[in-house]
Amino acid sequence: MARKISMKMAINEAIDQEMTRDPTVIMMGEDIVGGAGGQGEQDAWGGVLGVTKGLYAKHPDQLLDTPLSESAYIGTAIGAAASGMRPIAELMFIDFMGVCFDQIFNQAAKFRYMFGGKAETPVVIRAMVGAGFRAAAQHSQMLTPIFTHIPGLKVVCPSTPYDTKGLLIQSIRDNDPVIFCEHKNLYGFEGDVPEKSYTVPLGEANVTREGKDVTLVAYGLMAHRALEAAGLLAKDGIEAEVIDLRTLSPLDLDTVLESVEKTGRLVCVDEANPRCNIATDVSARVAMEAFGALKAQIEMVAPPHVPVPFSPALEDLYIPSGAQIADAARRTFARGKT
Amino acid sequence: MADNPFPLSKDELLDAYRRMRTIREFEERLHIDFARGDIPGFVHLYAGEEAAAVGIMKHLWDGDHIASTHRGHGHCIAKGVDVVAMMKEIYGKKGGACEGKGGSMHIADLSKGMMGANGILGAGAPLVCGAALAAKYRAKQKGGPSDVAISFVGDGASNQGTFLESLNLAAVWNLPAIFVVENNGYAESTSRDYGTAVDSYVDRAAGFGLPGVTVDGTDFFAVHEAAGEIIRRAREGGGPSLLECKMVRFHGHFEGDAQTYRAKGELEDIRANRDCLRAFVAAVTGANVVSDAELQAIDRDVLGLIERAVTEAKAAPLPDPADLTTDVYVRY
Repeated sequence: MARKISMKMAINEAIDQEMTRDPTVIMMGEDIVGGAGGQGEQDAWGGVLGVTKGLYAKHPDQLLDTPLSESAYIGTAIGAAASGMRPIAELMFIDFMGVCFDQIFNQAAKFRYMFGGKAETPVVIRAMVGAGFRAAAQHSQMLTPIFTHIPGLKVVCPSTPYDTKGLLIQSIRDNDPVIFCEHKNLYGFEGDVPEKSYTVPLGEANVTREGKDVTLVAYGLMAHRALEAAGLLAKDGIEAEVIDLRTLSPLDLDTVLESVEKTGRLVCVDEANPRCNIATDVSARVAMEAFGALKAQIEMVAPPHVPVPFSPALEDLYIPSGAQIADAARRTFARGKT
Repeated sequence: MADNPFPLSKDELLDAYRRMRTIREFEERLHIDFARGDIPGFVHLYAGEEAAAVGIMKHLWDGDHIASTHRGHGHCIAKGVDVVAMMKEIYGKKGGACEGKGGSMHIADLSKGMMGANGILGAGAPLVCGAALAAKYRAKQKGGPSDVAISFVGDGASNQGTFLESLNLAAVWNLPAIFVVENNGYAESTSRDYGTAVDSYVDRAAGFGLPGVTVDGTDFFAVHEAAGEIIRRAREGGGPSLLECKMVRFHGHFEGDAQTYRAKGELEDIRANRDCLRAFVAAVTGANVVSDAELQAIDRDVLGLIERAVTEAKAAPLPDPADLTTDVYVRY
């Protein structure tokens, strides 16, 4: 009997199971327990959106609320990882990377290479990404490309509760630093998730819908929008294949190339701003590796190159829609070769 | 030989001298070889500051961690990192401490608890909080005194937010962490007094709820005593502390620095009057605990070791082209 839980609960369950399995798995972050040191309820919040609620009762020694000092506690997680622990650090909103980025890209990302392969940094940095929460420019960004650019970091951005649990468990067990990006507008999204522990490997994309006419590549929330677009296209008789990248580094280019060899048409979708994003990266690689297979120009669907606006009227325009993706797919037929 | 008035046995005194002399000769040799153009990249020398590294590190064991700075050779040697592997690293050779991928600013040896010299000022402080947190978990599991973790920063890097955040985190979590401010009077070329509003780092520590102590960092015995107390407290669960070592830098910020920012005669003065090695020798020979001949024998050993390190570093093979893409996952 399949069990449906939310992405939020999938994260909670993954951390719970790994903490039970391995006492070196610890987690630190701001308000991940909530109420620390106060007179009122302990475990008052379980994270600002309640993702880690209830874990403190089960693993009181493994969850640590931190002062509001991202640079210190992200670095602490990295230092603990380099000295025998397997920490998860919650950065809350990925937008806060600005105050602690040195620890991530100059320290965690570099240790293994810079120390000649003699150091490992098994740390997971969890952070919320994405727009649609009416949280405006400093709490809504999709900064995945910045992390993907850095060698030594692995970057994950799942779209379903099943993938989220399996990828998070895999990330905790991985010996490299992993930036685990959770789309806050998918926290409530429910799907089938086995109760037992399982892993989903990093670096394997998922073909979420098969089709022969056009390939739609996306990740995170956009993986859902791409499926929506495929539904719209089906009404026109266009069979779209949808690929959910799931991990951005390592990138599963083979699955994309295989699909483009079949369809000859590619639409890359990204919630990140359009300059130097995942979509431009995938587009460039496909142009280099499979130019001969392309029957039309590659299309990209991304937000405009502006910060995320606050007003719901503007933010809804900012986030790429299924209809926009379907339009882009149609353009590959209208302007491309036949 | 007279009764030993020092808190270390004669063998321990000789070991401390050997470590300090090794650092001094290592650095002075690099100074010469760098000027000759033998060494690529940036090199920051620790000569003049040896008493601090060794005075502190004499209290540590392999399970203790340290995080160093861009001026890291002294910390490495004092913590027991292999001198030949260090020299090979600085020459960018295969068999170096980091297989030639780190260089002078990134020498590390996790097996010795050395978490790396660091090219980013202040960056070691949170890493040390992490190592101290891991040590605290280990101590809870196995009982007994805790391992400790020590962050070295210069007076300049003590103004980094990362460092200040770490003082607070270590204090609120009561970590077995120690923050050593190596105050050599200069943040690169800028006077310490220009860039730091407080006179004493003890005052700054107090602002974060940490005990602090200032010592003459050129006095091995003063450093050793103060560090011993602080480290003992941390091992017993008494929490973090700050130790300021007032010291002198015999060379520039980096090699090639003409040091025109120094006062006239300053370098000659500190070499003549604030040489920590000379002070150590005067103390131990003056008390008739150690003889000149015993020290000279160590000097010969050390010079032989440095010569061998340079010879082996020069002879060592360069990294293979294939090494460019190893030690990082590559799937792109």
